[in-house]
Amino acid sequence: MRHRFPGFALDAAFAAPTPGVTALFGPSGCGKSTVLAAVAGLLRPEAGRVALGGQVLLDTGRGIMLPPERRRCGVVFQDARLFPHLSVETNLRYGQRRAPPGTAGLPFAEVVDLLGIGHLLGRRPAALSGGEKQRVALGRALLSRPALLLMDEPLAALDAARKLELLPFLARLRDRLSIPMLYVTHALDEVDQLADTLVLMQQGRVLACDTLEALSARTDLSLLAGRRDAGVVLHCTVLAHAPERGLTRLGFPGGELLVPLDPAPPGMRLRVRVRARDVSVAMAAPPALSMQNVLPAIVEAVDPGAPHEALLRLRVGGAVLLSRVTLDAVRRLGLAPGQAVWAMVKSVAFSRGGEVPVAPPPPA
Amino acid sequence: MGWLSLEEWQAVRLSLSVALRAVLFGLPPGILVAWLLARGRFPGRGVLDALVHLPLVMPPVVIGWLLLVTFGVRGPVGAWLNDWFGIRLVFTTGGAALATAVMSFPLIVRSVRLSLDAVDPGLEEAARTLGAGPVDRFLTITLPLMAPGVLSGAIIAFAAGLGEFGAVITFASNIPGETQTLPLAIYAATQTPGGEAMAARLAAISFAMAVAGLVLADFAGRRLRALLGRGGR
Repeated sequence: MRHRFPGFALDAAFAAPTPGVTALFGPSGCGKSTVLAAVAGLLRPEAGRVALGGQVLLDTGRGIMLPPERRRCGVVFQDARLFPHLSVETNLRYGQRRAPPGTAGLPFAEVVDLLGIGHLLGRRPAALSGGEKQRVALGRALLSRPALLLMDEPLAALDAARKLELLPFLARLRDRLSIPMLYVTHALDEVDQLADTLVLMQQGRVLACDTLEALSARTDLSLLAGRRDAGVVLHCTVLAHAPERGLTRLGFPGGELLVPLDPAPPGMRLRVRVRARDVSVAMAAPPALSMQNVLPAIVEAVDPGAPHEALLRLRVGGAVLLSRVTLDAVRRLGLAPGQAVWAMVKSVAFSRGGEVPVAPPPPA
Repeated sequence: MGWLSLEEWQAVRLSLSVALRAVLFGLPPGILVAWLLARGRFPGRGVLDALVHLPLVMPPVVIGWLLLVTFGVRGPVGAWLNDWFGIRLVFTTGGAALATAVMSFPLIVRSVRLSLDAVDPGLEEAARTLGAGPVDRFLTITLPLMAPGVLSGAIIAFAAGLGEFGAVITFASNIPGETQTLPLAIYAATQTPGGEAMAARLAAISFAMAVAGLVLADFAGRRLRALLGRGGR
């Protein structure tokens, strides 16, 4: 789709998987909210095409422009937009009453339960906290039985504590829903917890669009790789716990990681982010080290990062790790592509929302 | 009531009836025009805006005369109404109500429009994404949220309608029991030798009704706003 504002041009195209969570990620003003508004039908782009499954919502070439009320896009706005003159329950039922007959969706009781808003039903929106408002807004959008759920920075207006309170609800929802979700954000932790697919946007353009794991391993995307918390997102499986050592063993395509004891049961799939600044390299296997995780690796690429810094891409078995080192270290160790090194992983960051329960493997 | 004559009571009742009818007739088109002015984007919007405000700035006598020309028995609209429906507006209570409605129309439109401007269009967008069509949206979201403005506009228009003089006397004349509202009765009393006491009594009633109207508008607006979840809980 293309659209021009005074001083700003948007030219974006991407495909999102169904079902699944696609995050539109980029700095403020990069056009991600505009894309979302165009999908919802609240903005008419100069040229564009939006299709959901087999249904065309917008095709300026063929003169198709479905009004928002017929698109079945549930929208959660940054500012909740609850109807102030209606009770929470009436707000929730507003979309439900207008949902097309014969469409499937979660029942009222389940949505209320899922979002933990049962005790709020009789209240007015003015009497709710920011987090509660967003939960109600989410429920209202869900109950309209949408074919697509759009979220426009639903957590951006909340403080850190409220954000943490709401994220688990979003993750739960993601696992429960079978509809695609488009999630606009400029917060990487939300992406880590929720997104399957990542659309990277900057100045009205799509820089890259791929799975979160694939994009996180690229060193050429400064929007991701230039961040302090840049790092690779890995899918791991909990292998075993060692409570006497206070450790949990995680398996990932490149080997195993030891992390502080985690409550997740063995067999659980987890998503973790291994930050580049938490990975260092050594030329020989160090004899004694406080770090638990020392993995053999091959340097695949040495990319310039911030001034005086370099970002190393390390191949570890079937996976890739990023490591941030100083340029001085690159020179001292003579680091170059093809070189064998030892990667030392200091810690990993868990994304609680990334948990995917899996059935136990069938007996061999 | 001992202290008011039958004729005086008649003027009070007639004033109330004329003002009430003027508000009831004026409110639906007033809301429509306010909505067009606030949300509409069409050519001639400025002209409509000016037209609506004309009664505020023109001498009421001129408005009355224009009504006479248009709705008189030989006027284009008046003749049509008379021929097809047998409705005659000149020199009738209905005519007094029409003249009052035209004069108080800008008050309604202004008040409704102010409250409409305060309604967040984002809420209407939210209703759209939830599947509400235009009429549905207007009735369930926009209208309830601008109700305080509609109500206070109606009360102000009613209070002002009680006192409408120039347009009524020009268009509907000064017929006791038919078109002689409070201000017209006061005028008639001042023109009659020895009518000072009657004029004073009617003026006092007029004053009391106007003050009551303003207080009521303020109170109702506040209650409604509280009910709509704005200001306080």
